[in-house]
Amino acid sequence: MIKFLLMVNKQGQTRLSKYYEQVDIEKRPSLETDVVKRCLSRKKEECSFVEYKDFRLVYRQYAALFIVVGISDTENELSIYELVHNFVEVLDKYFSRVKSKLFFLSSQSELDIMFNLDKVHIIIDEIIQNGHIVETNKNRILAPLLALDKMAEAH
Amino acid sequence: MALKIVKGSIDRMFDKNLQDLVRGIRNHKEDEAKYISTCIDEIKQELKQDNIAVKANAVCKLTYLQMLGYDVSWAAFNIVEVMSSSKFTYKRIGYLAASQCFHESTDVIMLTTNQIRKDLSSPNQYDTGVALTGLSCFVTPDLARDLANDIMTLMSHTKPYIRKKAVLIMYKVFLKYPESLRPAFPRLKEKLEDPDPGVQSAAVNVICELARRNPKNYLSLAPLFFKLMTSSTNNWVLIKIIKLFGALTPLEPRLGKKLIEPLTNLIHSTSAMSLLYECVNTVILCVQKLRILIEDSDQNLKYLGLLAMSKILKTHPKSVQSHKDLILQCLDDKDESIRLRALDLLYGMVSKKNLMEIVKKLMLHVDKAEGTTYRDELLTKIIDICSQSNYQYITNFEWYISILVELTRLEGTRHGHLIASQMLDVAIRVKAIRAFAVAQMATLLDNAHLLTGNTQRNGICEVLYAAAWICGEFSEHLEEPMATLEAMLRPKVATLPGHIQAVYVQNAAKLFATVLRGQEGVPADSTVAQETSQLLIDRLPLFVQSSNLEVQERASCILQLVKYIQKLQQKDVEVAEEVTALFAGELNPVAPKAQKKVPVPEGLDLDVWINEPPSGSESEDEGRKSKGKAVFAKEESRHTKPRYTEVDEKELAKRREVRKAEQANNPFYIKASPSSQKHSVSKPNPSPSFSLRLCHTLTHLLWMPMSDQYVKLEEERRERNKADKKKKKDKKKREKGEKGHRRRGDSGPESEEDITPAHMVDIVTEEMPENALPSDDDDKDPNDPHKALNIDLDNCPLMDYQVVVSVIFENKCDSFIKSMEFNVLDSLNSKLQRPDGAGPHDGLIVPFQLPPGISNEARFIFSVQNIMMPQKLKGTLTFIVKTDDSSTHEKLDFKLHFTCTSYLITTPCYSDAYSKLLESGDLKGCSLKLEGVNQPFHHLLARICFHHHFSVVERIDSCASMYSRSIQGHHMCLLVKTADQTVSIDAKCDEPGLLGNVLDEIKLTFSQC
Repeated sequence: MIKFLLMVNKQGQTRLSKYYEQVDIEKRPSLETDVVKRCLSRKKEECSFVEYKDFRLVYRQYAALFIVVGISDTENELSIYELVHNFVEVLDKYFSRVKSKLFFLSSQSELDIMFNLDKVHIIIDEIIQNGHIVETNKNRILAPLLALDKMAEAH
Repeated sequence: MALKIVKGSIDRMFDKNLQDLVRGIRNHKEDEAKYISTCIDEIKQELKQDNIAVKANAVCKLTYLQMLGYDVSWAAFNIVEVMSSSKFTYKRIGYLAASQCFHESTDVIMLTTNQIRKDLSSPNQYDTGVALTGLSCFVTPDLARDLANDIMTLMSHTKPYIRKKAVLIMYKVFLKYPESLRPAFPRLKEKLEDPDPGVQSAAVNVICELARRNPKNYLSLAPLFFKLMTSSTNNWVLIKIIKLFGALTPLEPRLGKKLIEPLTNLIHSTSAMSLLYECVNTVILCVQKLRILIEDSDQNLKYLGLLAMSKILKTHPKSVQSHKDLILQCLDDKDESIRLRALDLLYGMVSKKNLMEIVKKLMLHVDKAEGTTYRDELLTKIIDICSQSNYQYITNFEWYISILVELTRLEGTRHGHLIASQMLDVAIRVKAIRAFAVAQMATLLDNAHLLTGNTQRNGICEVLYAAAWICGEFSEHLEEPMATLEAMLRPKVATLPGHIQAVYVQNAAKLFATVLRGQEGVPADSTVAQETSQLLIDRLPLFVQSSNLEVQERASCILQLVKYIQKLQQKDVEVAEEVTALFAGELNPVAPKAQKKVPVPEGLDLDVWINEPPSGSESEDEGRKSKGKAVFAKEESRHTKPRYTEVDEKELAKRREVRKAEQANNPFYIKASPSSQKHSVSKPNPSPSFSLRLCHTLTHLLWMPMSDQYVKLEEERRERNKADKKKKKDKKKREKGEKGHRRRGDSGPESEEDITPAHMVDIVTEEMPENALPSDDDDKDPNDPHKALNIDLDNCPLMDYQVVVSVIFENKCDSFIKSMEFNVLDSLNSKLQRPDGAGPHDGLIVPFQLPPGISNEARFIFSVQNIMMPQKLKGTLTFIVKTDDSSTHEKLDFKLHFTCTSYLITTPCYSDAYSKLLESGDLKGCSLKLEGVNQPFHHLLARICFHHHFSVVERIDSCASMYSRSIQGHHMCLLVKTADQTVSIDAKCDEPGLLGNVLDEIKLTFSQC
């Protein structure tokens, strides 16, 4: 299963974190810095999987942002690797709707995620639930968020 | 009022929102902490306002701060407030915050149960969705228990969006509340065939996760999954299904054959690498395909190829071993993840034949490796590889010891203790190697300065601990005990860590004993013995000054002992035997689990206080005072005793005899084996003086063996063995003559069995206590939440009990009633038994019709699991009322009340059996007083008997004993007494919960009359 999902920038600052297994709040920052250090120190040509303590990290880099997923060893690494991309495509679809350009290639993406943290969370919640993949269809993932936006506009 | 609202909304305009907060933090890079603390103050102000929009905004900001690592648990209650907002826009912020911040010990979670239940049943699917998502993050055992039924109902919701979420969250519920698995399982199984692929995928996920832990309970689902595998097109789902089959096939070999076809189809048709990988992983015959993965230039595939390889290794080691070259190549990869994987593989690949080769390769890497972490990893792997399964693959322990010695040259490794423990283990358990090991260790000790470049950081000096101990314990194998003794007492030793010094001192004493023993046979050399004593007396004071208690204590003990011995030596008394007796006996290795296996003696309860703890704080103080006094008094008396009692030799010998006898009778004392008590060690040339020793150390240095030497020797030996065998075979061949029997054994590859160990190695097995309990579940973690989920789902529950409810239907109207259907909403605990094939919500048809004014009785059977609590079930009766010209559908709601009394069955009991029951002490008591009851005693008893299913056992005047039994066999005893309109009931039962509820019901009966 998926243990956590992190979005961090190149400086190692956490931009989003979601845990599917209880980790003490005090321990999270140190875990995050540790995990990020391991991923950041790797070169582009090295593989995207890192073994860390009793689980594996799968990470992908998009411009200035890293997405790191911690998984148990029963999970298929490649499928998570693809899932991350799927997730990014969903973000792209949602945010470029507003910006009308490819979201993740812009340096704006990091700010957008911070400003819309709650919305990104909604997207993640639609894709992953208690550590399992629950939806991969982009339209269906975005449906609740779009409904919400409509509600907000109506106000 | 209106002004207040306006003011509130104006204030709001000035409130920071999340974006302002993020910008603010970025603009205050230098004093971020200070800025955030002012923000938190603002948030606290905002949370105090009544406006829910302001609160939601504040909570939203808190969620961001929480992510940055700030503690926001103080706002838990506000989060709950926002969660309960009726507006979805705010509600979701509350739930988001809750899912990020709440955990099992957050106490406000208790307050959320009703709110969550309300949201779950909300007509808005997004309300329900957000509640489910939130719940998946912070569900507690209590929440799981209370909401299990609600979520189960949602599994059959009309909207697939809700269904899939409900199905997935059930997994969390199972983990927290395992009892829910059995009732929920049938519905979960249904969801595998849900028309919506999302729901299907969710169900697959949950069952896959459950089955991975307890596969045998899910074998019956295999056909269903088989169908799914051939029909599904979602790669993510397919991967999960294949994983599930991976867990099932070991249990049902026939499944494997069936799977080959669809899997090969997938392998050939899929374009998704991840799916291919999963298939390959499952069909573990595709090693060749894996080779392609590993040789690929894509590092990701290389990594996964190695990973899959290690899985195959477990079942088909031979097929992997042929790829040794490839894997060794991977050790040179610049990517650490890949190197570590390759190392892992090597661990499983070694055999007697290739161990030396692989380790040699690894040693080369150790030398080359940059960065200590990887080097340490290499080191541990080398040791793991060699020591695995009780040194199964080591044929030459001399080689292994020299490898260990070579490893000590690594600088800055953290694993000194690991090497040390290996040295100790090998030296203790492989008796044949001791002489060699001791020689090596003596060299190590002599060259200690090479290892202890800078002591503090250097973990490698741990090795000296092992070296000193081995030299001391097996000192009879030492060529020159004097030289080693001198090396162990060098002043430099005092810079080592305390625990190592302690071992040095203790073993110096052992060496001393050996030296004495060696000398005394030769009368002319008594001066050497005396010189040795003098050496100890000169050097030990350094250790007596040590700041480490252990070192100090041992050193001063031994110093006194040596001084005493010196006195005796001067009188020409032979002391060697006495001194060696101090260290007689052999230490045997004890298995790591031995302690756990010792059964607890009968009657020993470790939870019981030996002395009751003092109750109050005052008395505690007093107790301490008086205790303090007692300690003092004792201490004084101890001081008056002479410090060192001079015991003469005879007395000592006598005591020793007594102790030996005691030890012989004590099963827990490790007895000395006779071999070590023989003190005959031939020592041809004891080095005559200290001056010679320097050149000895030099020669030792040169002599330090390289492990390669042993590899070569071993190879030669194997060659010889082979040649011998060949000769034998040739002989046989010749004997067999020209019968046409061609053997190809000699030209084929050497098989495992052909390699015989260099010397008969006797690996001492670790000791276990004699009365150890055999148990296989040592390694199972009792806290594993999945253990509770190991529930056999195919066999119908055995612990269900049936309750028959008879319902009397009476038609009070003037019309004809027909087609009555009786239905009850099941709870987790109580269920209406429906005929086979009926759905869980179908009603039961009442088998009769009712003309006006007629009544009839129908019986319904309920299965009940837990009878400790009363229950109310909601139900509906639908029927058709037929008048002369029309007929109408009607509905009647009702509640079925299952009292605890209804689970009691009137059972007669005889007074002797009754008193035995009371004496057994298994029953727990409870009592009840009823006042103002003014009815005759026999009426009262009759009432209890009638309403609560008791029977009277015995009655004497105004006192009676009564008995009843529950459907689950709980005994229930009452003693009813009456006096002055007051009835007191003393009750006993083996289930206090049940008893309490029954008493409440009795009370209710009497309050109603």
